[in-house]
Amino acid sequence: MPITRTKRLLSAAISTLSLLGLAQTACAQGQTFKLGIVTFTSGPGAESFGVPAWNSAKMLADAFNQGGQLPPPYDKIGLGGLKVEASVIDENGGTTKQVQELRNAYDRDGYDAVIGYISSSNCLAGAPVAEELKKILILFDCGTPRIFEDNKYRYVFRATAHATMDNVAMARYIAKRKLKSDDVGGINPDYAYGRDNWKDFQQSMVKLNDKAKIKSELWPKFGAGQYGTEISALLQANPQIVHTSLWGGDLQAFILQGAPRNLFKDRHVAIIAADHVFQPLGSRMPNDVLVGARGENGPFAAKSALNDWFVAAYEKQFAGQVPSQAPYRMAQSVLALKLAVDKAAAANGGKKPTADQIADALTGLEWEAPSGRIKMALGDGHQAIQANAIGLTKWNPATKRVEVVEVERFAAECVNPPVNVKSEEWIAQGFPEAKCN
Amino acid sequence: MQLVTTILLDGLIDASWIFIVAVGLTLIFGVLNVLNLAHGNFYAIGAYVAATVAGWYYASGDNPPAFGLVLMLGSSMLVAGILGPLLERGLLRFLYERDEVILVLVTYALFLILEDATKLIWGVNPYYAYDPYSLFGDLKVYGLTYVGYDLMLIVFAIFAGIILWLGLNRTKSGKLVLAVIHDRDMSSALGINVTRIFVIAFTIGVFLAAIGGAITAPKISVQPGLAVTVVLLSFAVVVIGGLGSIEGAAIAALVVGLSRSLAIHLWPSAELFIVYLVMALMLAIKPQGMFGAVQLRKI
Amino acid sequence: MTNTKIILAATATLAALLALGPFLPGWATFLGAVALAKGITALGLVVMLRSGLLSFGQGLFYCVGGYGAGLLMLWGDVTNAVVLVIAGGLSGLVAGLLIGPLLAGYRKIFFATLTLALSMLVHGALTKADILGGSDGLNLRPPTFFGLEQTTGLSPVFAIYALACVIAVASACLLRIHFRSVRGLLSLGVKDNEIRVEYLGTSVRRAIFENYVVAAFLAGMGGALNALVLGHIDPELAFWTTSGEFVFVAILAGQVSVVAIFVASILLELVRSFSSQHFPNAWQMTLGIFMLTVILFMPNGIGALLQRRRGSKIAQGEAP
Repeated sequence: MPITRTKRLLSAAISTLSLLGLAQTACAQGQTFKLGIVTFTSGPGAESFGVPAWNSAKMLADAFNQGGQLPPPYDKIGLGGLKVEASVIDENGGTTKQVQELRNAYDRDGYDAVIGYISSSNCLAGAPVAEELKKILILFDCGTPRIFEDNKYRYVFRATAHATMDNVAMARYIAKRKLKSDDVGGINPDYAYGRDNWKDFQQSMVKLNDKAKIKSELWPKFGAGQYGTEISALLQANPQIVHTSLWGGDLQAFILQGAPRNLFKDRHVAIIAADHVFQPLGSRMPNDVLVGARGENGPFAAKSALNDWFVAAYEKQFAGQVPSQAPYRMAQSVLALKLAVDKAAAANGGKKPTADQIADALTGLEWEAPSGRIKMALGDGHQAIQANAIGLTKWNPATKRVEVVEVERFAAECVNPPVNVKSEEWIAQGFPEAKCN
Repeated sequence: MQLVTTILLDGLIDASWIFIVAVGLTLIFGVLNVLNLAHGNFYAIGAYVAATVAGWYYASGDNPPAFGLVLMLGSSMLVAGILGPLLERGLLRFLYERDEVILVLVTYALFLILEDATKLIWGVNPYYAYDPYSLFGDLKVYGLTYVGYDLMLIVFAIFAGIILWLGLNRTKSGKLVLAVIHDRDMSSALGINVTRIFVIAFTIGVFLAAIGGAITAPKISVQPGLAVTVVLLSFAVVVIGGLGSIEGAAIAALVVGLSRSLAIHLWPSAELFIVYLVMALMLAIKPQGMFGAVQLRKI
Repeated sequence: MTNTKIILAATATLAALLALGPFLPGWATFLGAVALAKGITALGLVVMLRSGLLSFGQGLFYCVGGYGAGLLMLWGDVTNAVVLVIAGGLSGLVAGLLIGPLLAGYRKIFFATLTLALSMLVHGALTKADILGGSDGLNLRPPTFFGLEQTTGLSPVFAIYALACVIAVASACLLRIHFRSVRGLLSLGVKDNEIRVEYLGTSVRRAIFENYVVAAFLAGMGGALNALVLGHIDPELAFWTTSGEFVFVAILAGQVSVVAIFVASILLELVRSFSSQHFPNAWQMTLGIFMLTVILFMPNGIGALLQRRRGSKIAQGEAP
């Protein structure tokens, strides 16, 4: 086939594209702090967690650059006096792509730090890369405890508590309030996150209530969206507590399909990560559901100047959306970074701090966030722990919001494992060294 | 007895939903020989359009709720009517001379494009259409409450299946479609306007997917991520039932629905795997599927 | 080109790629390694395409190869990269031997659908397998290279890139020679008219089976390379979208030139990276549009562009 003009043009275009791809130069370094945010901006994680988290990061970056917006100690301008350039990277597309993007971010685009990862698989794969390239990586949302229990890192941190505390807190609430829990059921998505959550909850329940028996254990596929048969099976088994770590669209479908069938009546459904469906579902959210928000996030956040500012700013900038767990968790990660960079820059005579200096500042850090006081207490000062709160839902027709009542708060050391004890063993041994009130 | 009834009823409800959602994929394959990987996206678009229309309709005052459902289904029909011919004439027809597996790749590219297109049009926030869900009341079976809407789905699926079957086997145009399915070249030689049949078949396939989405919208939260699950499930059903066979899709939907129901009630850890297991068994015993036509080799 | 010329060209290319390596920034070396791993898999696809079969499930062998190498490292304490990659290839090979007989009897769309289904079966099985990390997968340790990495201070990414170059060039060279051999040309005959090939006295089923096993071996090695450079294995490697990418690379490359396959693979990675950076909210769409453009306007792939001086000598599928 003879080569036509079109084909020549097309091949020229493709060659240019490839050269463009290779010839990315890092823009003026040293004058700004380049921050990469990795979350889901497409796919199932986008609506519930990814986009709200990015919104939160963007809002904070802008506020830092204006200076004096947040209450102290976050009122200084930028990060360490440098203006923040925050960009988002979509976490969708598989682990190989994510690692490529992370390398691109650090190597090619000169990012000074990356905060990210909702998916545990990406957290696990990304951490060694940041360590190899000696760049700061702050994990903000993935649930697996394995990151710092299986490895040691210098440049990798997780600024939020992992998923073990969500289930331990839920079990403790049930025990403390003496809710009927001899018959327990669970419906969790069949992948690592769902399995880990159920394992932690099941073991905690058994430790805290010797009469607790598992009546029903269901494993729908992640993303299934149709739960009719599972709901029938649960109604049939009739447990008093139904545990679920379903989230996002799956959780909403489960609630929309289960509520008319009286699944939520005469028993307690315990949703580990629930607050992100409050605003979308509104009055469709049943009352008296046991809920957690993976920390004192969203409706559980205690009143403080910082939280007041955060909620007001978020609702104003994003058309009345109420911040839920993902924006809170991103906020506490971003604030940790700010404190660390401010501290390191001050010790550095105002110059842009190196990754080592920031890592040193982050290790063992304690800071205030809209979700309360956070401490990097585990993983040699790299893994954060924080307090948790569980409550019951109640629709308030006056404010048109789902609120939480009968809230119990659990101190960080009550629901997180102590230093150098793996989460699984800690639960199996009956929570040694737990400091509960 | 109670358990058996529950398993059967749940299986039937599940099977009805699966049939409605998957039958479009098998039809497009049967006629055009295209494995439409963008099938899930048409489902999602149907759901989004229906939810958007429902949002306007139910928000604007006290309108009769039943009509809302009709409106939802009708609107997705309209969308399918636009998208179907547009994609078939605008894109697919240039590729029919190419290897049929190239078309699979094209539908994969379409899947990628439509994923982002729906996200750009509707955003990431969820859409709801839950008003019709309570239209049909509840039914108590052996003490378990079932939502009337889900039971209505069974009726809808049977109705849709019968209409499709009658349409294909008892009308003139339907028989033309069957002829094209059996032998495209011969039909063309006999003077059948194969191009028109392609457009019609593709449009009906898209329409069925969109209807699936519209009718499901009341029981879910319509947001990004719907497409992938649906295309995988439909694909499994089509493989089990035989590519291109409507009866196959119906039987396969029943088989899948019932096996899932059995698994969930009796052996829950197998739920993720049961569909794949049935698919694997079918592949091992009869890879063309239950009603799949045997491919003749041409010399 | 005679066989000696092919071998000389291959050696020269290998030397050039290796020499280029140290000058590439780290992210580009990683991209190169991944692109080569995928290219090797696509090469296997082209082997099968020449006999008229398109597999939409090479991800199965890619994943099996990755897990084979990964588990050998984690459970068998083997860290030598060459051993691991060969182990990955052999895992793929064994899987191919098991599945091949079932598939060798099917053609066209059935073949594609079957391979897709089997690949998703493996994906489902691995997601359920908690002992293999389930959906989170497992992290791998950095591989070793006969102790060279300590003496020369090589970065592991560059070392794997180098290994990938060697394997890519070697397989490309060997297959180029094979394509011109009697067995290789027989595949073209199978694509054209199977019954006539049978009348020539050869078993079509066997020819297809052999091609399939070769493709499985190559995909297994590709998967192992991917696993090692990524440092992580998870079931996503067997998902249908991964297989779709291999198919796209094979189509983009066309069937004329073996070199085009690797060019196509690198191009795909670059376009993906480019769209991710400039269109973070629409990168999938950009990728899809790119694919459609290529399919519509370049039906013979990049290979045809590279070979344009050969003029009318190039018929579809005929290897020069």
